Amino acid sequence: MTQKPNSLFVRISALLVYVFLYAPIIGLMLFSFNASRTNIFFGGFITQFGPLQMEGSTVVQSPCGPFHWFCELNKNAEVKQAAENTLTIAFVASISATIIGTFAAIALQRYNFRLKAFSQLALYIPIVIPEIVMGIGILVLFSQIFTILSGLTGARFSMGLPTVIVSHIAFCIPFVTLVVQARLQGFDKSYEEAAMDLGANELTTFWRVTFPMILPGVLSGALLAFTLSLDDFVITFFTTGPGSTTLPIYVYGLLRRIITPQVNALSTIWILIVFTAVLLLQWTENRKA
Amino acid sequence: MTDEFAVEMQDVVKRFTTPEGGILAAVNHVTMQIRDGEFFSLLGPSGCGKTTSLRMIAGFELPTEGKILIHGKDVSQIAPFQRPVNTVFQQYALFPHMTVEQNIGFGLEMKGVSKVERSARVSEALEMVRLPGMEMRKPKQLSGGQQQRIALARALVNKPEVLLLDEPLGALDLKLRKEMQLELKSLQREVGITFIYVTHDQEEALTMSDRIAVMSKGVALQVDKPEAIYERPATKFVADFIGETNFLDGVVRGQTGSTVEVDLPGTGTVYIESSRTFANGQQATVAVRPEKMTLNREISGGNNLTGRVEEVIYIGTDTHYGVRFAGSHKARVREQNVTQGQKALASIGDEAVVSFTRTSPRLLTE
Repeated sequence: MTQKPNSLFVRISALLVYVFLYAPIIGLMLFSFNASRTNIFFGGFITQFGPLQMEGSTVVQSPCGPFHWFCELNKNAEVKQAAENTLTIAFVASISATIIGTFAAIALQRYNFRLKAFSQLALYIPIVIPEIVMGIGILVLFSQIFTILSGLTGARFSMGLPTVIVSHIAFCIPFVTLVVQARLQGFDKSYEEAAMDLGANELTTFWRVTFPMILPGVLSGALLAFTLSLDDFVITFFTTGPGSTTLPIYVYGLLRRIITPQVNALSTIWILIVFTAVLLLQWTENRKA
Repeated sequence: MTDEFAVEMQDVVKRFTTPEGGILAAVNHVTMQIRDGEFFSLLGPSGCGKTTSLRMIAGFELPTEGKILIHGKDVSQIAPFQRPVNTVFQQYALFPHMTVEQNIGFGLEMKGVSKVERSARVSEALEMVRLPGMEMRKPKQLSGGQQQRIALARALVNKPEVLLLDEPLGALDLKLRKEMQLELKSLQREVGITFIYVTHDQEEALTMSDRIAVMSKGVALQVDKPEAIYERPATKFVADFIGETNFLDGVVRGQTGSTVEVDLPGTGTVYIESSRTFANGQQATVAVRPEKMTLNREISGGNNLTGRVEEVIYIGTDTHYGVRFAGSHKARVREQNVTQGQKALASIGDEAVVSFTRTSPRLLTE
């Protein structure tokens, strides 16, 4: 069925789509090497290595040469803290969401129970409702819980890393469940029957047969959750507190003050990480076949 | 309870709830005894309950009513991994993420057999299915026939009391299937394990089995040796499902001793030997195998019916003649082509006499 796209129109359209998709990203990455600190126009690359020298708002010479802004970023303790927070949240949230989401997928795929159809539908809703609604909802929920807990214990509770992690786990679960369910749909039950027939109990059957066979689906679910958590802004914005700033929140804060190519340098690193994660995702998807 | 029977099904019923909310009895009061060391086939069209019966013996389904005994022990409600049986699945169900060695050794591993003994027994099992040295392959790297043998080895290596086979040859091509039939049969004789074999292929069942249970709509219609099933089918369904049969519908007009007089309306009267007693006026069907009829060779003291030849089909070893009688009856006669250059016994449009002895047919009422 595959044939070459002979029409010029098709070729140009396709090209335009990619230009629109990637021009901003490439531009953004290019600006992370900008010699001008005003970031409004491109002032060429920093070509000379040596002690920092500036001409007006243009960097002429830097100890790091063209990677000046990356080095500046490296000196920035706030960024490092934000990066650490982001990665902590992404790891904890994606692993937790993967475990819960996988079990949910197995339950939905294998067992019949009351409210099964409702449970399935309820999983789609967090995916389709606006994230800001979710964010406000979670904020209200947490503040109510904190009020009640404070009343009971007298202690003060505030937003922070734990609240961000819990809300990230919550919004990642549906994605993991749907990905794993897709994998389970093509899973022939006779593999499990064969294992049981050969003397394996339910638990052994799961770990020795079912889990290894659905592992590619579980991994792609985990990677999806990881990337979603990594670049989430809206929900994090509502649930974050002092000391739990993540990279997206930090970048937003920077933009409101001054835009230096540091932001671009940060974005470049970030894009490379996400891009790697997506490649891994693709790779695990391909292994399904 | 003696140990003479490997498996006993006692009045077993399995009901399923259909997606529409109805209730379907996939197996409906089945009772049968499978002898120790026997090659036993469950034969029937799809949906007859043969696979459900097998799955209940394996433990994948639990009977709604009745009991299943394996060597006298009631296993009706226990889990598959607690039963002394192993299964060869229709699509083999070899674990794709494990090597052949890990697949075959899985059952032994579950029993806690040491690694050294396991690998010795795996090699032994591979020898048995004539695939030595395949230990490190993955199932994907094997052909359908090889996968089939590995599935067989994976089950037999555990030395089960009963081996269950769910249409294991269904996915193979005809030639390979024929080879495997004979191989399975000789393997069964070699290991002496009771085989319960599910198939919809009557020829396969006749070739391999010591005894066959013919099933239809959840009921076991007849359980007997292959030749008894073929020669003395109990019902029209069995006669029709196993081999080819001519059915001539008629009415019983009288019985003298074991000889029953049956009127085939419009075609004539025939006399059939039967051990059963029929009432006058009872509807009955004369069932005769095509090879037990002759064309234009009248049998004195037999039944000779005159009809017209409608078709002549030459199929090499035999020639088939389709004959229509004056009534609504039709028959297919199979004549062997014994001598070189034998001429057809009749041509289309010829009048011909179809003959059969009084003992050849079965007189069936259901």
